[in-house]
Amino acid sequence: MAEIIVVTSGKGGVGKTTTTANIGVALAAAGKSVVLIDADIGLRNLDVVMGLENRIVYDLVQVVEGVCRVKQALIKDKRYENLHLLAAAQTKDKGAVSPEQMVKLVGSLADDYDYIVIDCPAGIEQGFQNAIAAAQRAIVVATPEVSSVRDADRIVGLLEAANIKDIRLVLNRIRPELTKRGEMLTLSDVTDVLAIDVLGVVPDDESIVTTTNRGEVAVAEAGSKAGAAFRNVAARIVDENVAMLEITSDEKFIDKIRKIFKKS
Amino acid sequence: MGFFGFKKQKSGQIAKDRLQLVLFQDRMNTSPQMLEMLKSDIIKVIASYVDIDEDELDIRIGGDPACGEESPSLVANIPIKGWKRR
Repeated sequence: MAEIIVVTSGKGGVGKTTTTANIGVALAAAGKSVVLIDADIGLRNLDVVMGLENRIVYDLVQVVEGVCRVKQALIKDKRYENLHLLAAAQTKDKGAVSPEQMVKLVGSLADDYDYIVIDCPAGIEQGFQNAIAAAQRAIVVATPEVSSVRDADRIVGLLEAANIKDIRLVLNRIRPELTKRGEMLTLSDVTDVLAIDVLGVVPDDESIVTTTNRGEVAVAEAGSKAGAAFRNVAARIVDENVAMLEITSDEKFIDKIRKIFKKS
Repeated sequence: MGFFGFKKQKSGQIAKDRLQLVLFQDRMNTSPQMLEMLKSDIIKVIASYVDIDEDELDIRIGGDPACGEESPSLVANIPIKGWKRR
């Protein structure tokens, strides 16, 4: 029976789709069977981030409308055959699907996979309601900015109202050197106000831009710091007891090396 | 605020203070309009006991960690002109 997770944030542009893609690949790399669902109908993006945009034949709305069977619409990932994508429709709008239809659709996949990860659109309207309808767990993505955390707080309230109790935070795009100087909201600043458990912290990293440019994901890149952070997030989804990866600044790492040389 | 009062506050702290305030207002569903209504109601009540300076009346949601205020609170500064004879 699959675990059904929604990745949401309220605010746009904080990294929901990137988080969904990276978690999906990391879970698949760990041997789990995974379906990623793009619930952003009308503005589909997950296919592009996954580098699968040329393979889409059917989309979510066509499945709901009965044009095709759900298995026909699942696109196999380039890298992992246990990873699948169900793309959003690009031409329809959010009203094309109802929360009840989403529950039915996700339910029809639940028996055959370990994880179903739903990429939620920005906002709190019908697209959000569709995306959370079938979810048992929620990952709230926020960046260390007042606007993002404010929206995340609203989302947590709406998730709780929808009776989703397992809600965890991914704090994305942190810049450790700024945090160290006191010029950025810290993880504890954010958790103090949101009062939810932390799943992981992801650094602001160029490799997200460069991998996404190529239609690849950072978790597949060995040297990527954000990739390592997302692998840790995925590991903590599977097993709560895995320790959280701490993000340190480069300066600090160099300082550490200097210290070692000074000692000897 | 620094020890001598002129050291620039770190932006991370400013962000934290702004975040706490805005979330407090969101959660309480308080808006500037609500504060204005609260203000006029408070004036009505207090004015029947004391003469107050309505122009100088200041009501805001505070929560300034520098003043030792941990959680947001309602701060009212109501200058009194004189007590009413009863």
